[in-house]
Amino acid sequence: MRDIAIISFAQTPAVRRIPEVNEVEMLMPAIHGALSQVDMTIDDIGFTCSGSTDYLAGVGFSFVSTLDGVGAWPPIQESHVEMDGAWALYEAWVKLQLGELDTALVYSYAKSSPGDLPMVLTRQLDPITVAPLWPDSVSLAALQARSLLDSGNYTEAQFAEVAARSRRSALDNPNAQLAWDRSAAELLGEDYHIAPLRKSDCAPITDGAACVILAAGDVARSKVKRPAWIRGIDHRVEPIHLGLRDLTVSESTRIAGEKAGVADGPIDVAELHAPFSHQELILRDALGLSSDVNINPSGGALSANPMMTAGLIRIGEVANRISAGDVNRGVAHATSGPCLQQNLVAVLEGEA
Amino acid sequence: MPEISLPESLQGVEAVRSVRIPARLDYEFTAGNASSRFLRGIQQKKIIGQRVPGGRVYVPPRGADPERGQATTEEVEVAQVGTVTSFCMVNVAFYGSSMELPYTSALILLDGADLSIMHLIQEIPANEVRIGMRVEAVWRDDEDIEPTLESIKWFRPTGEPDDTNVRIPGEDHGTGLGSWVGGVAPTEALVRNPRTGKGGH
Repeated sequence: MRDIAIISFAQTPAVRRIPEVNEVEMLMPAIHGALSQVDMTIDDIGFTCSGSTDYLAGVGFSFVSTLDGVGAWPPIQESHVEMDGAWALYEAWVKLQLGELDTALVYSYAKSSPGDLPMVLTRQLDPITVAPLWPDSVSLAALQARSLLDSGNYTEAQFAEVAARSRRSALDNPNAQLAWDRSAAELLGEDYHIAPLRKSDCAPITDGAACVILAAGDVARSKVKRPAWIRGIDHRVEPIHLGLRDLTVSESTRIAGEKAGVADGPIDVAELHAPFSHQELILRDALGLSSDVNINPSGGALSANPMMTAGLIRIGEVANRISAGDVNRGVAHATSGPCLQQNLVAVLEGEA
Repeated sequence: MPEISLPESLQGVEAVRSVRIPARLDYEFTAGNASSRFLRGIQQKKIIGQRVPGGRVYVPPRGADPERGQATTEEVEVAQVGTVTSFCMVNVAFYGSSMELPYTSALILLDGADLSIMHLIQEIPANEVRIGMRVEAVWRDDEDIEPTLESIKWFRPTGEPDDTNVRIPGEDHGTGLGSWVGGVAPTEALVRNPRTGKGGH
């Protein structure tokens, strides 16, 4: 395996709605920010890969038009995934593993605000038997939360603790959309949104973009003092039928974490992509994280959840903490689909 | 296909051949900054392109220069007269089109722009439209001008002599059809990189 590291990460501030710009206009500050931080241009990049979906903003082939913001002429080596940018990063990592190229630019973005997000997300469900019922994404998550409560393993108070801690952590994150200091007890006093979930258990709807630059070996070392090396990365998918799964666990996360080598060393920080508070608890168990691991110091997806991007941001947040020297080894997780359907786990580490 | 065993109650029941599952999603789409500025120009019967300072003039603009990968911050008004760089004659009615057949759809490079726009050619028999023909914008009546490119009804011949030296957008620096030099496909060596200046010689 080649040593491949994250050497730069940039994101746009997460906001509920950015009507004044189109997608490429929203995305450019993230791309240009990531490149300029390491004094690079598109001409220094071997491979470009992006993650987005046309359903969110209702724009056909939006990824082709956002490539204008990269400077894709003369024609570049490029690819796109209809997935969170974390999977675009995975593709770029595989591409660099082939050994022909040393650098990759990965970005993702979403304007969820033009549409009705919980309804738009129904389109990813089975088209014959499930999608015609239009089950919104919050209701599906609530089914999962109810199963988890019924298992006896967790309580609504523990959901509220995750919700409160995430927004409190977000007070230190200038890019966060939701940041406040309220107690778990206060959150439990809220009315239910879709029971057993309260609004505070749910991620906000966010417009935003992020960009990561990967580099191999000495190229990474020449660009930054402390690259965040990708020690392991793996992703797994659950079956499409929700009824086939035990919703109280995440077997795909467990396997991905095992393959990525989460347990091979101490974990200082974990950024888990949990758009609903109870999902953080499921993920923590699936990855076997002990109670002393600092989870989602950025505030996580509960504080900013740009679709197709919140997973890539998790990886970037861990990388930033490693590169800053705050931590040495961390785990980043990304999810996609209803009720944690697809999961990616990456283990990042500073130079030994 | 594996043989499927049906319970007795379903045997002989007609198979479902299709289901109708209508899906409708409504979006509140916004044009974005660059397109809004362009459309505001149209409202004043001006055609306004955008560029990175020193770069090519894009019209209609989308906010980014694909060659530089930078935001197009500078606005430039281009002419309402241009040259046909390609055209096609449409002999079939498409959904949503109320045009009388046949009609001509053309790529028009407006004077001062580096990107041709697509529009209709009228006021000339369809079979007389040609590459190099000079054309001008025909606007709707003033009271019907709206922030849409449809405010230009179509383009019509100006009567000027044809531009026999019609420039294909990008030809001057190795993009587009012009980069096929001597029948050779564009390669990295033949295509000029607008940022580094390498290639394309």
